[in-house]
Amino acid sequence: MCVPGLNCYSCPGSLGSCPIGSLQAVLGSAKYKFSFYLLGFFLLVGTLFGRLVCGFLCPFGLIQELLYKIPFVKKIKTFRLDRPLRWLKYIILAVFVILLPLFIVDAAGTGSPWFCKWICPAGTLEGGIPLISASPALQGVIGFLFHWKLAILLITVLLSILIYRPFCKYICPLGAIYALFNKVSVYRYHVDREKCTSCGKCEKVCPMQISPVRETNHLECIRCGGCKEICSSGAITSGFSLGSKNKGKKS
Amino acid sequence: MFIWQILLLTAGGLAILAGIYREEVRTVLMKAIYICLECIGIG
Repeated sequence: MCVPGLNCYSCPGSLGSCPIGSLQAVLGSAKYKFSFYLLGFFLLVGTLFGRLVCGFLCPFGLIQELLYKIPFVKKIKTFRLDRPLRWLKYIILAVFVILLPLFIVDAAGTGSPWFCKWICPAGTLEGGIPLISASPALQGVIGFLFHWKLAILLITVLLSILIYRPFCKYICPLGAIYALFNKVSVYRYHVDREKCTSCGKCEKVCPMQISPVRETNHLECIRCGGCKEICSSGAITSGFSLGSKNKGKKS
Repeated sequence: MFIWQILLLTAGGLAILAGIYREEVRTVLMKAIYICLECIGIG
């Protein structure tokens, strides 16, 4: 059974499957070329929570969140290519998670999990390092691929100290899927535009660099709750609600 | 919005049932019970 967050099922202690790993496993299998199970899982979890999963249910998101708390001389809030790079995760989703496992197959008709194999640092951290540390047999067979993935993990860790959740912002295909549901999800943010004083505090505090008032439930909103906490007029609220209930008009 | 939410939730539930009926879950389970050497960087 899948869990909502990016949780590598090669981790020795894992009890659930990563939805992105599972999607590649089904698409890359010789038997299936479409996954109803994973489509349904994404529809259900995405429609219920949207990117609340990124903010509160993803173990790799938590690791990045903790790394960002490490003090550093200068944290990078945004940079010139920040916004365009946010689209990279959708390209990674399309190419590495869907197209390559589907079409690059061996003689038996089986495709590789390209994203897990070449990109995902969560697998290296949660599965690779613990398993290889504990097994002399596995230590004897590590090669270029492991060093490549270790380098990606180290870059991700270092960047996570400087930039808030760089993997979630630019790379994560699971976040890309849930982002598509942010505008329609049952758990959502509401802005009471009559209460809003346009002080701009919410925009300044948003770690994903969006404007919670102008871009409520934006694709990049991970529902961290920072804007809600800082809003002194109580204009921003969140909760589970069927239908839309944004109030008033903002001049 | 309400209609979209209900439609998506219903479609999601039905697609999961279709996936279980097609035994896709078995493929996920088979992948999960073995250590995926590619996923951990062994290849």
